[in-house]
Amino acid sequence: MKSIRNIGLGLFLSGFSIFIASLFIGKYSISEERLSNLYDSTEEIDKGDTIVASLTKAASEMGLINKEFSSQFTFSSTLAELFKKSNESIATQFILDEGITEEEMKGLIQISIESNSVVYSESLVSVIFPENKTKQKLLIDNTSWMFVENKEYENTADFKNDLGNKVNEINGKLGQEYFIWDNKYSRFDFVKASLFGPVHDNKGLFLLLTFGLCIIGSLMYILPGVVLMGGPGIKNDGIYHDASTNRGWIGILAFGFLFFFYILLYFYPWLIVNWTSIVDPIKGLFVEGAVASQWFLYGLLYCVAMIVMGIRMFVKYRNNRYQIIRTSSVLFFQIVFAFLLVEILPLFDLPAMDLKNAWPLDFDMFFDWNVKGHLDAGTVGIFMFVWGIVFSVIVIPVMVYFYGKRWYCSWVCGCGGLAETLGDPYRQLSDKRLIAWKIERWMIYSVLVFAVIMTIFTGYHSYNEVINPDMVGSKDVLFGLSAYNIREWYGFLIGSIFAGVIGTGFYPILGNRAWCRFGCPLAAYMGLVQRFKSRFRITTNGGQCISCGNCSTYCEQGIDVRAYAQKGQNIVRSSCVGCGVCSAVCPRGVLKLENGTNDNWSRVEEPVIIIGNDGMLEVTRNAPEVAEQ
Amino acid sequence: MKHVVIIGNGIAGITAARHIRKKSDFKITVISGETDYFFSRTALMYVFMGHMKFEHTKPYEDWFWKKNRINLLKDWVIDVDFALKKLVCQSGCNIEYDDLILALGSRPNRFGWKGQDLKGVQGLYSYQDLELMEENTTEHAVTRAVIVGGGLIGVEMAEMLLTRNISVTFLVREGRFWGNVLPAEEGAIVERHMKEHCVELQFNSELEEIVSDDKGRVKSIRTKAGEEISCQFVGLTAGVSPNIAFLKESELETQRGVVVNKFLETNQPNVYAIGDCAQNTEPVEGRRSLEQVWYTGRMMGETVANSICKEKTAYNPGIWFNSAKFFDIEYQTYGTVLPDLQLGERAFYWEDKTGKICVKIVYDESTNVVKGVNTFGIRMRHQVWNRWLHEKKSILYVLEHLKDANFDTEFYKKYEKDIVDKFNAENATSIVLKRRNWHRILGAG
Repeated sequence: MKSIRNIGLGLFLSGFSIFIASLFIGKYSISEERLSNLYDSTEEIDKGDTIVASLTKAASEMGLINKEFSSQFTFSSTLAELFKKSNESIATQFILDEGITEEEMKGLIQISIESNSVVYSESLVSVIFPENKTKQKLLIDNTSWMFVENKEYENTADFKNDLGNKVNEINGKLGQEYFIWDNKYSRFDFVKASLFGPVHDNKGLFLLLTFGLCIIGSLMYILPGVVLMGGPGIKNDGIYHDASTNRGWIGILAFGFLFFFYILLYFYPWLIVNWTSIVDPIKGLFVEGAVASQWFLYGLLYCVAMIVMGIRMFVKYRNNRYQIIRTSSVLFFQIVFAFLLVEILPLFDLPAMDLKNAWPLDFDMFFDWNVKGHLDAGTVGIFMFVWGIVFSVIVIPVMVYFYGKRWYCSWVCGCGGLAETLGDPYRQLSDKRLIAWKIERWMIYSVLVFAVIMTIFTGYHSYNEVINPDMVGSKDVLFGLSAYNIREWYGFLIGSIFAGVIGTGFYPILGNRAWCRFGCPLAAYMGLVQRFKSRFRITTNGGQCISCGNCSTYCEQGIDVRAYAQKGQNIVRSSCVGCGVCSAVCPRGVLKLENGTNDNWSRVEEPVIIIGNDGMLEVTRNAPEVAEQ
Repeated sequence: MKHVVIIGNGIAGITAARHIRKKSDFKITVISGETDYFFSRTALMYVFMGHMKFEHTKPYEDWFWKKNRINLLKDWVIDVDFALKKLVCQSGCNIEYDDLILALGSRPNRFGWKGQDLKGVQGLYSYQDLELMEENTTEHAVTRAVIVGGGLIGVEMAEMLLTRNISVTFLVREGRFWGNVLPAEEGAIVERHMKEHCVELQFNSELEEIVSDDKGRVKSIRTKAGEEISCQFVGLTAGVSPNIAFLKESELETQRGVVVNKFLETNQPNVYAIGDCAQNTEPVEGRRSLEQVWYTGRMMGETVANSICKEKTAYNPGIWFNSAKFFDIEYQTYGTVLPDLQLGERAFYWEDKTGKICVKIVYDESTNVVKGVNTFGIRMRHQVWNRWLHEKKSILYVLEHLKDANFDTEFYKKYEKDIVDKFNAENATSIVLKRRNWHRILGAG
């Protein structure tokens, strides 16, 4: 058994090493064919052909055609200039065809100024463009207010200035739909399309060598636990002696990997195209020949991590049916709702929506593209949009009233699902100090306020886009602030940095629920309901607590459970996600998660005398206590 | 302002300090040579097993004491002058008190066995014992250990040692496990479970001597039956006794512990004793004079605080309860279940087919009034059992409402029906289980 475990560990480490190494064995080069594959999917002469031609020209000017790069870092460093060059040459061509060139403008200025006064008029426009009716119209439409009969210029510099601005405005709009904007999406697509080499040519093999070996190795490590860890029961032996779970060197390494993984995923996805190409064959199961994005890679990794570590949960907590059922539930919702449906819905021209995701965790619910996407998808799309709102506004609080927020946080939620499976080995690392609780309350409710404000702005923007499409002025500006900017900042700070980099990256340092505890606005919203209007509580079993501290130690939310239990008081905390582990690790049967009555006295109040001390009960019946500080 | 000095920072002393602070503005000093801060003694095993760090065993953060104006002094008290109301500490400092609370705790029993002071031989009670056990098992190659005395601490020690791959032989003087507390059926459950965990149990087996190697470290033990068992570690867990050696020669009246009346007063004015060290000469009916468990220490601390700050208060711990965990099996008890049935008592016993779950209810055979319950592998609700026992409910009532008392984790298999069926079959009754009712549970209707 022990040797199976060691072989498993070996296989896992091999698979993981190959996964890391595969990042560095890609080759990259640009060819017209690859560019055509990426940008020009049709036979007809169209926009795609223009882009390909322009990029090909720019690339060959830079000497990049068929030049081989062996590193995505050096390869991608050429892209900024390449895109710029291509865009410029497209713009130049468009100005020549449909805009005002520098020559033309010079000519116009020359004939519009006579002895230091401006005589610009419609007739002059036709002199400059005798043949080109389009350009004539363009200038007349845009600059008629500058004609001599409409405006008197005191000096020629003002005229030159006005004309220059206007021409820039006209030219600036030209050809933009043919531009390749230099951002993480275009870079990802470009680098991925330029990829070749061993990984690209042997996707199936690498899928087996990475995902395959890691999964098999992990299971070989985990499953013998049924025998090696002894019979069903609490299995926390050695957790604080183990460098992987006590913030030791293995934990620090795991943190390093997760941290950089999230940084690459969110901000530099073009550097990990090799990883995405490993999972292309899986993506191909949904859409033939499709290539995987970084989000597909992430979704698949997420599911695999959850399944493998979910199996670990089944082994570790096999004495505890609450844990088994709860783990099965999060696995189901992750695999079916967050992964499969999101892949399948677009096949039916429906928005790729995670139907169990609720606002404000689902922060882009009211973004213009999302709203439009749903409206464009017809009745079912609209139904899905309405479902999202009903789910967030009605289903969520009603369910929290009956069952506490656990029904979502540790039974349904994807973030919670990962925390409860992949993150389970780190649950004891959450900070239990009072100061951490204070920081938590400030932080999580600030995020909730931020989420509400962001939603108001984006809602206003989407409303204008959908209901008021002819609105004059910026549709996204409210009180002088741009909804677009606010949502970008929210997405960056909360959606990426907090939920991803800190939330998951810091598992081995801050424990597995840092995001859920300090950042998740949905958790904050449900927490308010749970604290003030819910039947859920963790009941303390009379006077049985011995203050041992297992409950507090293993609370992933950093709740000092013992502080309540040793007073004989029930635990009703807004942050409790109802994972049930405090109850599981309690050696004296003191804690029970349950949905009881909603009255305050039986649910929250601290008993004056803990059950058992009958002598004190008698003398204090009529003497109220002063609360402890 | 009155100065209350408490010797001992365990659960009894600290509870007293906290409640005195709640009820008064008195100056409070807690003296302990064991640790800087209060920790949960019962959790030491989890530190050894790596479930927790020592930090986690501290129920209050370190700033708590200053904030609540409870002075902590790390020192050992070596003498008390009761006439001058003065303490002498090991460091040489003298402390005067107006009221003194002795919360001295216990020490592991050593019954004068030959070799009991050898290296590698120890009990498990204090923080220092934990440190010693860490040293004894990591700095010396230990593959086999012998534990002497079949009680709770012995089982805990066995569990601890097994996590370090040390095999354990258990010498139990009685014919069954924890025979002075558990009835035979329950003892058998623990015995079977320990065997599952590969603990070797020797019943009716007593320690004769502990044999030394040439460096003064244990190399084996010999039983009274003459068997020699080689081992590198001996755990002495045959109970604990009040830690009162330094007071034995003083005017303070002591017997096994510090003698106190029902107000927890000693024979010296303004001196109280609570917790493990207190020997109550006027215990309430059905309770023993020495009760060395966490809960009684806590209740005595609360009671003595009230006596000092408000009014003289008799210690009345009400209905007995306790709990423990034997490896993976949890045990709870409410009321009185003695190891052997008393005259006029009957017991109803149900055991699950796994042999790891059981319920025993003891009741009066003429009135049917329930006297106590033992449960293994099922958690029961303290609030409900406490009320039932206070209200002298009959076995019939208890079984009918058994679902109210269930405290198992949600989705766990329920056994109430099996239990009631068995009782009905044995007693020709026709009890029908009632559904769980929150109003009954909370005592609200």
